[in-house]
Amino acid sequence: MKKGRFGEYGGQYVPETLMNAIHELEEAYEHYKNDPEFIKELDELNRNYAGRPSLLYYAEKMTKDLGGAKIYLKREDLNHTGSHKINNVLGQVLLAKKMGKTRVIAETGAGQHGVATATAAALMGMECEIFMGKEDTIRQALNVYRMELLGAKVHPVTSGTQTLKDAVNETMREWTSRVDDTLYVLGSVMGPHPFPTIVRDFQSVISKEIKAQMLAREGRLPDAVVACVGGGSNAMGSFYEFLEDKEVALIGCEAAGLGVDNPKNAATIANGSEGIFHGMKSLFCQNEYGQIAPVYSISAGLDYPGIGPEHAMLHDTGRAQYVPITDDEAVEAFEYLSKTEGIIPAIESSHALAHVMKIAKTMGKDKIIVCTVSGRGDKDVAAIARYRGVELYE
Amino acid sequence: MWQPLPDIGGLNYMSRIGKAFENKKAFIAFVTGGDPDLDTTEQLLYAMEEAGADLIEIGIPFSDPIAEGAVIQDANERALAAGCTTDKLFDTVKKAREKVSVPLVYLTYANAIVKYGKEKFMDRCRDCGIDGVIVPDVPFEEKEELAEVCNAYGVDLISMIAPTSHERIRTIAKEAKGFVYCVSSLGVTGVRTQITTDIGAMVKLVKEVTDTPCAIGFGIATPEQAEKMASLSDGAIVGSAIVKLVAQHGKDAPAHVAEYVKSMKEAVKRAEA
Repeated sequence: MKKGRFGEYGGQYVPETLMNAIHELEEAYEHYKNDPEFIKELDELNRNYAGRPSLLYYAEKMTKDLGGAKIYLKREDLNHTGSHKINNVLGQVLLAKKMGKTRVIAETGAGQHGVATATAAALMGMECEIFMGKEDTIRQALNVYRMELLGAKVHPVTSGTQTLKDAVNETMREWTSRVDDTLYVLGSVMGPHPFPTIVRDFQSVISKEIKAQMLAREGRLPDAVVACVGGGSNAMGSFYEFLEDKEVALIGCEAAGLGVDNPKNAATIANGSEGIFHGMKSLFCQNEYGQIAPVYSISAGLDYPGIGPEHAMLHDTGRAQYVPITDDEAVEAFEYLSKTEGIIPAIESSHALAHVMKIAKTMGKDKIIVCTVSGRGDKDVAAIARYRGVELYE
Repeated sequence: MWQPLPDIGGLNYMSRIGKAFENKKAFIAFVTGGDPDLDTTEQLLYAMEEAGADLIEIGIPFSDPIAEGAVIQDANERALAAGCTTDKLFDTVKKAREKVSVPLVYLTYANAIVKYGKEKFMDRCRDCGIDGVIVPDVPFEEKEELAEVCNAYGVDLISMIAPTSHERIRTIAKEAKGFVYCVSSLGVTGVRTQITTDIGAMVKLVKEVTDTPCAIGFGIATPEQAEKMASLSDGAIVGSAIVKLVAQHGKDAPAHVAEYVKSMKEAVKRAEA
């Protein structure tokens, strides 16, 4: 396999202006990932700042109610800042600091990655600027204020569809205009090499913990690991340590919005085709001329027209399976977990939970499913209320 | 009169782009295809050639042009909203090619080519008289994505160098075809009041390894800037300033653009002295 490639996917499709910067990042990462001091510092941050390891919680009521496989929840929602995003940003911002950078920039959709980046930047004393689609700054006004509170500057992006993909475009453009002192802290397992590898490695702490916790609790590996997929960072992190354990089924749940047959969806595996965009060769929702399609999901975090290149490869090889979950199904799972377990999951994570609700009952009681709850749902309460016809604004 | 390249299976095709630089400094004009509509694009091609453009870059509108500043982003959106597609633009270029004889190159993004089908895209380029392609999101490392198919159809894959390229400049220039596109400044396309990069040093590195001409783009808008940049290299490329005129005058843009191109061409000529 070529460097930076996952099968035929991946690569480094960025303007020449950025090439030396991504080479510099690649070299720094190759060095620091084996540097005992860096590993120790990151481990310390994970334990004493982010609150790792996160719990592997046995959802007993849910298990009994569904009447099939035993369900465990990997509680990334309990991390500092409320989602798995912190795993990656602590690594990347620490790396930026080691590289002598003084400023980090990042894109954000719902605001989870933006908040996490602003948090790490505040902690490590870095200047921070976040690019967020104007549409999203309105939908997630609270997160904008949160980022500003953390000392970041938030730029509303008014180009294109004014959502996540445009925020990525704008962050790339910003990086080309100021590259010397700045690192782009990418939020998912996407973009040009080395980002998909770096983000996956930092997120793989999720599956490392699942494996150890599962062996300690059950003395064996789970039968399935289920996670939601937008760009795919929490899923890649949840899958990675199990890639060689072929008996563990890996299932990614993508956002089908109003349905895979309705134009309003964001199901890249179901509806996308091969292309080159945002620095990578992968699968994208696009038209016959390669124009990137406007996508839709109730979940701003899954509202992205592409998927990370490693997922595209895992789909091709059949090692992982990808299923579409509609808004309706996700909202139902959001409410179900809240009522059944007293855990309000992020609407993104609810896509994975919805699939668990479908498959658990078809599996025997001796089977085990691990579902990653990538984030907490506090941020989604107002949106879900509106979905149910309650006029509630933050 | 422009004639299609003979089909020689891509073996040692003669690049036609060199013509733009023969015994002169080149003024290179850019326009976004289909903005505000394809008829205007066709008229702009005639007007710009007539006014002295030595080479014309035509942007294929793309939904997410990450190397472009606001002016050209907006032009892309206008063109797409007006219904411009890659096929329709090819048809327009083919029609214009009956009258236009200066070299023509496309500027677009990788996805517009790979989704269309690389072979089919380059075949149509040859058929319609497109002499080269500039693809800002295909850097040297990913060149093989397009180089072979470009070569097979006699289309020059134009390389870019940037102020951050440093030691990469020699490597890139050595394999350059058509011309070397020297990016004047950090950031995206768009008018700048000042260009602070040491362009002379960049061009010198290019000249050390190749005879392929080198033209400078990004941020050039005034005749003074064009003269200065052309004096440092083999030509000046202007995009956003022209696209701005198109945005301002719409269907009436060709006359205004012609006047502007004329003044820029004269400035570039002054650099020959």
